[in-house]
This record gives sequence, C-alpha cells and structure tokens, in this order.
Amino acid sequence: MNPEKVLFGFFIVLALTLNFGFFVGDLDNPDHHHVYELFAVIVVNLVATVLKFGDRTQMGAVLLATSLVALLQLFAAALVWTVAEQITTIGLTPVVTASIVSLSGGAMLANVVSVVLLVIETVMLRR
Amino acid sequence: MQNIIFLIFRRMRAPLLALILTYAIAVLGLVLIPGQDADGNPWRMDFFHAFYFVSFMASTIGFGEIPFEFTNAQRLWVTFSIFFTVVVWLYSIGTLLTLFQDPTFQRALTERRFTGQIKRIREKFYLICGYGETGSALIQALTDRDQHAVAIDILQDRVNLLKLENLRQYVPALCADARMPIHLMEAGLKHALCSGVVALTDSNDANLKVAITAKLLHPDIKVICRADSHDIEANMASFGTDYIIDPFDTFAVHLATALQAPCLNLLQEWLTGREESELRDPIYPPSDGLWVICGFGRFGKAVYDQLRKEGLELVIVEAEPEKTGLPKEHCVAGRGTEAETLQEADIQRAVGLIAGTDHDANNLSIIMTARKLNPDLFVIMRQNRQDNDAIIEALHADMVMHPSAIVANRIRVLLGTPMLHEFLQLVLYQDDEWACELVSRIAALVTSHAPDIWEVELSEETTHAICQSVLEGKAVRLRDVVTDPRNRSKLLQCIPLMMLRNNERVLLPEMDEMLHQNDRILFCGSHSAANRMEWTLQNEHALSYILTGEARPQGLLWRWLKRKERA
Repeated sequence: MNPEKVLFGFFIVLALTLNFGFFVGDLDNPDHHHVYELFAVIVVNLVATVLKFGDRTQMGAVLLATSLVALLQLFAAALVWTVAEQITTIGLTPVVTASIVSLSGGAMLANVVSVVLLVIETVMLRR
Repeated sequence: MQNIIFLIFRRMRAPLLALILTYAIAVLGLVLIPGQDADGNPWRMDFFHAFYFVSFMASTIGFGEIPFEFTNAQRLWVTFSIFFTVVVWLYSIGTLLTLFQDPTFQRALTERRFTGQIKRIREKFYLICGYGETGSALIQALTDRDQHAVAIDILQDRVNLLKLENLRQYVPALCADARMPIHLMEAGLKHALCSGVVALTDSNDANLKVAITAKLLHPDIKVICRADSHDIEANMASFGTDYIIDPFDTFAVHLATALQAPCLNLLQEWLTGREESELRDPIYPPSDGLWVICGFGRFGKAVYDQLRKEGLELVIVEAEPEKTGLPKEHCVAGRGTEAETLQEADIQRAVGLIAGTDHDANNLSIIMTARKLNPDLFVIMRQNRQDNDAIIEALHADMVMHPSAIVANRIRVLLGTPMLHEFLQLVLYQDDEWACELVSRIAALVTSHAPDIWEVELSEETTHAICQSVLEGKAVRLRDVVTDPRNRSKLLQCIPLMMLRNNERVLLPEMDEMLHQNDRILFCGSHSAANRMEWTLQNEHALSYILTGEARPQGLLWRWLKRKERA
C-alpha cells in the first residue's frame, strides 16, 4: 500500500462527494446550496491539486490538469458569489445562484474525470 | 535537468499544503464564531471578509478588526490563529523562496533558457568549447566577421567574462562540462545549422572527447581541435577530425619557413594578421651557426626536429633530462637561467637562442642572462601566459611563441576565410622570390596595417550585377571587378590572390581572365577597396559604367529621352 496514493485517492474522492453535495438541489434556489459546502470543496480541491505537484507520470500530469480545471471553475463560482453579495449587493438572485451552481457543476465534471482516471490507473496496476 | 524541476515542485507540496490547511482552519473559525455589527446586532462574518482578514493577519500586515470590531469570542480565536498562521506563513514562504533559489534549480532554468536560445538560431554557427585565451580571441574574430558562435566553458567566471565582452553578435554561452555529450547537444551540436565544432579546452582529454562526440553525433560537420601531444593528435586523426592544431608544431614549421624563406614567412604573417594589427618587418633568423634550445619539452622537441632538418648545429639545455629524454647530440643539464649553464652550452659562439620552458619568468631570465653574455643573439621566447604581455613586449624578443595566439589565428583563418587557408597551403610550394614580389605589391597597397582579406563568390545573391551581365552574354573580366567604379581609368587598391573554379585553383589569376558564374575569388587589399568593389558586384549601373564607360540613364523618363535622341 502506497500512502501517497491513499492520501490522493481520499482527497480526490472527497472533492467529488463534497462537490456533489453542493451541486444537488434546485439549480436557482439559494436555500439548496450552502456556502460552507463550497468552501469545503475549494479547500479539498486545493489540497488534491498540490498533492499532484511534481508527479512525473503521464497519469499524474493529466490528474494535475483536471484538478486545475476544477479549481478554476470553483474560483469563478466563489468570485461570482463574492461579487453578488459584497460588491454589487444584488444578493443571491435565482440568476446568480444558477450561475454559481452550474460553475460548480463544471468543476464536479472535472472531479468525475479525475476519479475515473484514478480508477483506471488502479485497475491497470497489476500488483 | 527536467528531474530537478519535478523535484522542486514535489518539495513545494508540504509548504503549500500547510498553508492551505491553516488558512482554511482560520477562515472557517472566523466564519463560524458569531459577532456583532456596530449597533450590537448579531452578525456573522462571511467567507469573503474572513479570507481577507486572514490574508493580512498571516502575513503580519494587520489592518485591524474589520468590518466591525470583534467580540471577545472572535478575539480569542484570532489570538490562536495569529500564532499558527503566521508561523506557517513564514515557514511556507521561506521554504518556497529557498526552493526557487536552489542552485541546481537555477541551473536547470538557465540550461532551459540556453537550449531555447540555441533552438531559435536561424543562421550558421560554430560551437566553441573552452572560452580561455584562445577561445576569446577566436570568438572576437568570428563575430567581427559577422559569424555566429556558441560557447561552452566549465568555469562560470569565464562565461561571465564573455557576457561583459563587447561583441558585434550575441554569443549564447553556457557554463558546463563539454565532455558530457548532453551539454554539447544542448549547445546545438545536432542543430542543422551547426557548421563546426572547435575544441579549445586546456585538457587534451576533453578536446578528444569533444571531437569524438561531434564526429559520432553530427558526422558531416567540421571538427577542429587543439592538441598538445602527438599521441592525442594521432588519436584524433584516427576518427577523422578535420583539423588538428598543435601550437608547438605550427610554430616550429613557421620558424623553419622563416629560416628558408623570410618573405614567404612574412607573407603568411601579413595575410593572417588581424585587421587592425600593424605590419611587422621581415625577420631573418641566422641560418648557419649554433642554436641553443633551453627546455626540451613539447615545444623544445618540435623546434629541435625542424631545426635539425635545416642542418643547424644545436645544443639542448634541460633541467630534468631524465623526464624529457634527450637527443643524441650535445646537451647540457641545467635550467639555463644561470650563466654557467649557458656558458657550458657555448652561448658566446651561438647565433640563436630559444627560451622554450613552460615558465615565463624562467624564459625571461634565460634571455636576459644570455644577452649579457652575447648581445647579438637572435632570441625566440615562448610565452605561456597572456597576462605577461607587457614584460614580454619590453624584452623585444625577435620572435615570440604564444600557443593560444597561434591556435586562435589558425582557426580564425580556417573558419573566417577558408580560401585564404587553401591559398597559404599552395603558397608553400612557391619559391621565396615569388613571395618577395607579392609582399612588395601588398606593401604598396596598404599603409602600416594588415590588409583586408575577402572572398567573392560569383553567385546571384552576392554578385547580382556580375551574374546578370554574364547571363546576358557580356564578357566580364577580372580587370572589370578590380576597376574603381568611380573612375574607370583607375584600379582599386587590391590584388586578386587566388581564383577557384570547378575545384581548380589559380594563384594570382591574370587580369584578363574571363569570369564565370560560381567562380570564387580571394582578394587582399585596403578596406575601402573592399567596400567599393561591392558596388561593382551588386549595382548594374556601376558595372555598366565600368564595362562601357558611359553612365546609363537610370529613370524611365531619361531612358526614353535618350532613345529619342539617338533616333
């Protein structure tokens, strides 16, 4: 058992599950999407990304890429949220909520790809 | 080197993870702990403000409690989090900065940048290994002729020196061991435009390694090597190194030429001199009488062999004869710096002295002592280090043998003006009178400085006007090219030295020689002559003036008027 793989597997799956938790619910209903969950998703995704730094394998490079995509989407979602609440003060209207949630949905897709790659790598490993 | 970059990124993991986790904990705490706004209403900090607060708290900037004053519960949390966030911040940033300054990482980055520069080269270039005295002289000479070079040296100091040098072309340089094939490849050994490799390091082994690497990885390029021992020379020649330059043998041959044919020697020297160097007078080494050679090392042996062929009487003075071995002839043990040894070697009767040890101070001392005993000696001094230039000049030796300068000069001629190299080879078969006549012709052309040497290839690109005229069937003779385009009754201050046509070489071609396309001609002459010749070669009007003697109307209108006039 490789502790590095365990740790990375843990974080990437956790990122996916948390993201799913944030994503489910009505797309434009702010009550269904809590800010704490988004925070947790961002932190866990950050950790998962950093864990892939300096990985020389082809798989490592692709996983780093998917994690970076997820991060980009999540940062965009957080930025939209901050701008809506703090800067323009229009609040979480259905339009804003929908765009935040769909951005996180995109990030979730990237997380799914990461997990699928992880599973493929595990299956390919014959030891 | 790719490994280093991955390694650095891998080492960045721990500090980055620590940073993310501490920030997350501090932010989360601030968001969860209830606070109050200015009017005492319950208020929760949001993620935006929490992140903002933690960012300036951790970096110890500290803008104060925002947006509202904190409650005691919040202050308790902030008290804790100050300690762990600040410590982790310092640790992480410190570690990251150290990682970026890591010498191996920096080196990897430099090498990457260098490789990128080499890949972007779009012109022919020479790869020069070793930027010592020889290398710097060579690079200076090449860039002066608008040729490109890439340098490798094992010492960072020398690479830095190159960057300070004021060269006409940018010369990418890398501090690396040229013995490693990987570094030669980084420096463009396999680049399609790499047209030659020059190995000039102080170590014979390194030069050998460079030569064999170059011959294996890029077989069809020129490989030029410096070698100080016959062993290594034979080794290099065995796998087809194109030119092997031994400074000692080169000088010995030079000396032999000077003994037999002083004009020939002078001609060689004038033509191969740097453009700004002053022309020296001919030297006449005494060709009969006794010669004393001090030092029987590589240089001593090379000179000994040549002088023996000339049938001169020789005496060797050597301090460690058991190490160097001694010839059959008369020899004296000793350094030659003391009067007794020199007297034993019959210095009063001698006509020439060669101070050829590998120690400059000893050589100087030998010459000073010997001159006291016999002021009329012809003195040859071996110079080992360039920084001794000033004292050696003050000595006024008749000839100075400076290995670096000799090698640099040979390679400069080889790479800069390959036709001149061929010319000098052919000249060796001519007699001294022929050379004397040519020397006096050259002396009439130029003032006190060495003449310019230039090659003209009659191709469409470099000589548009000539090629057009030849294609039109007009007869263009060599005389036309050397005519002054400003006044056709005068000739330019230059001499055509050699003409090359279909692998046939003609020394000093006749002025009535007809020119054909793809002929190559080597000229020597004044700098202004080279510039003016360019006019004749490229400008149709200048050429037609020379050929016909009349200035053709250049514009459409004038041409039309002229035609009317004729009609």
